[in-house]
Amino acid sequence: MFGLSMPTTDGQDVTTTASDATPETAVPPVEVSDVSFGYTGTPVVEDITLSVSPGEFVALVGPNGSGKSTLLGLVLGLHRPDSGTVSLFGEPAHRFDDGTRLGYVAQQTDAAVSMPITVREVVQMGRFSTVGFGRLSAADWRAVDEAIETVGMRAFADRPIAQLSGGQRQRAFIARALAGDAELLVLDEPTVGVDAESVEAFYELLETLNDEGLTILLVEHDIGSVTDHAGRVVCLNREVYFDGPTEAFLDSDALGRAFGATQPAGGD
Amino acid sequence: MLVVDSTVSLLGVTDLAAPLYWLLAAWSAFMSLLADTTGLEVLQYQFMHRAILVGLCIGVMAPLIGTFLVHRQLALIGDTLAHTAFAGVAVGLFLNGVFELGVSPYLTAVVVAALAALCIELISEVTDAYNDVSMAIVLSTGFALGTVLISLNAGGLSVGIDQYLFGNLATVSAENAVIMLGLFAVIVATVAITRNQLLYVTFDETAAAVSGIPVEWYNRVMVVLTAFVVVGAMQIMGVILVAAMLVVPVAGATQLARSFGESLLLAVVLAELAVTLGIGLAYYGSATAGGVIVLVAVALYLGTVALGKVQSVLRSEDPAQTGTVDASRSR
Repeated sequence: MFGLSMPTTDGQDVTTTASDATPETAVPPVEVSDVSFGYTGTPVVEDITLSVSPGEFVALVGPNGSGKSTLLGLVLGLHRPDSGTVSLFGEPAHRFDDGTRLGYVAQQTDAAVSMPITVREVVQMGRFSTVGFGRLSAADWRAVDEAIETVGMRAFADRPIAQLSGGQRQRAFIARALAGDAELLVLDEPTVGVDAESVEAFYELLETLNDEGLTILLVEHDIGSVTDHAGRVVCLNREVYFDGPTEAFLDSDALGRAFGATQPAGGD
Repeated sequence: MLVVDSTVSLLGVTDLAAPLYWLLAAWSAFMSLLADTTGLEVLQYQFMHRAILVGLCIGVMAPLIGTFLVHRQLALIGDTLAHTAFAGVAVGLFLNGVFELGVSPYLTAVVVAALAALCIELISEVTDAYNDVSMAIVLSTGFALGTVLISLNAGGLSVGIDQYLFGNLATVSAENAVIMLGLFAVIVATVAITRNQLLYVTFDETAAAVSGIPVEWYNRVMVVLTAFVVVGAMQIMGVILVAAMLVVPVAGATQLARSFGESLLLAVVLAELAVTLGIGLAYYGSATAGGVIVLVAVALYLGTVALGKVQSVLRSEDPAQTGTVDASRSR
């Protein structure tokens, strides 16, 4: 009776129902159209239109305070747009609750890493949206072990998270997303506080996973490491300054213009 | 008149509580048997049987809930709710004094503390943070309301509030022990069922929300369970010290445990040790049980800190290598 039948956090909005979603294969994992949003009166992001196709590796870059993380929060359904629509797999993002298709890796500081908890226990959380209440089945445990293996953390599976380096910890969080069979992986500045060597290994892991068909959307402040690995760059400063292939981005002056909008270029 | 009224109004509850009364009687018989075989004086009295049972329940449910609170930096919410539970006790005493209802003050405390818990949670949802200031305001409002109601009441009827402030082994009545057993059952069952969700929300709230868990609902469940623990534990621990049982054993377990499962288990072991040793010492030393239990718990905590230091020196972990990426998994 307690906690058995909980309503979803948000049930009042019925603009789109599941029945009018197009067939799954054609639905882009992320679709943002004409979105504006601000915490107060001033918009943090304005008129953003953006679509991520299955299998893409998209990097969101921009200066500090450009609205990158806010846009990510909109995509994840953590904020509701003031105007425009955000869809995840064809469903309004704030109502999307199929956690199995979506994996999320935050900045280091978001999780309670001082808690006594092992890598395996963290990765196990990736199965919770499938399991619901109660214990994990043998198949769930297999998925957990496979995910740990995939990110090369088997030797660390029973180590407490608190004893890991920043890079190892982020691998564990990726494994959590993989254990849930995510089709889309969303990362918010995942390499903040990770040492330079591990950053390279981390991006190689992402690229390998992307080659395997995982769609990746990532916010990053370190433009160098992004342009080596992402196939497409979206440069943002309140509005979209550039959206296209990485090579074209490097040839363009979008970065300078985006940074120039708030501060001198190269300020980050 | 009074007896008839309370019997009628509590009839439904009494039916529900019948198995709990039976359990209490069975426990008491078992304790008497234990007293005969061991010859321990402390086990001879009915009121000690009940106090020990309540103590053992506290030793399970306080660290169980406390583990989820401590790792979200919510250690002080227990203290806040204890002070509002005191207001609930005062409301109960007041109603009994004015209308002669004959309701256990602990029942009104459950209601008031649960409502206060939901208030704190709703404030935090609106302001987007668990806020020191609002917590402090709720805490002092609760305690102020309690003292005012009790002083109003004392004009017509002298009430002992010491037992609520400091707890008392001798005043655990059969009715209150049954209330405790009921709260215990609800708490343990809820955590057993929603363990996965509570763990995810505690560890990484944003990721939990992204994975489709209705985070706000679990936060509400958590604070209400905290209110239940606080009221249940208040009988022995008292308003002022009840929060210690939510925090101290958990802090001790965190020093030594490597996994979450281990930390839950260890926290319960530490709490049970503190409760049983504390009740024994308090009985033979004629001291307040709540205070002795907390002192034992803190001594155990200091022990775990020392052990933790020794452990980390001895086990200088052999550095394992990060394996290579193996993406050839079946998707």
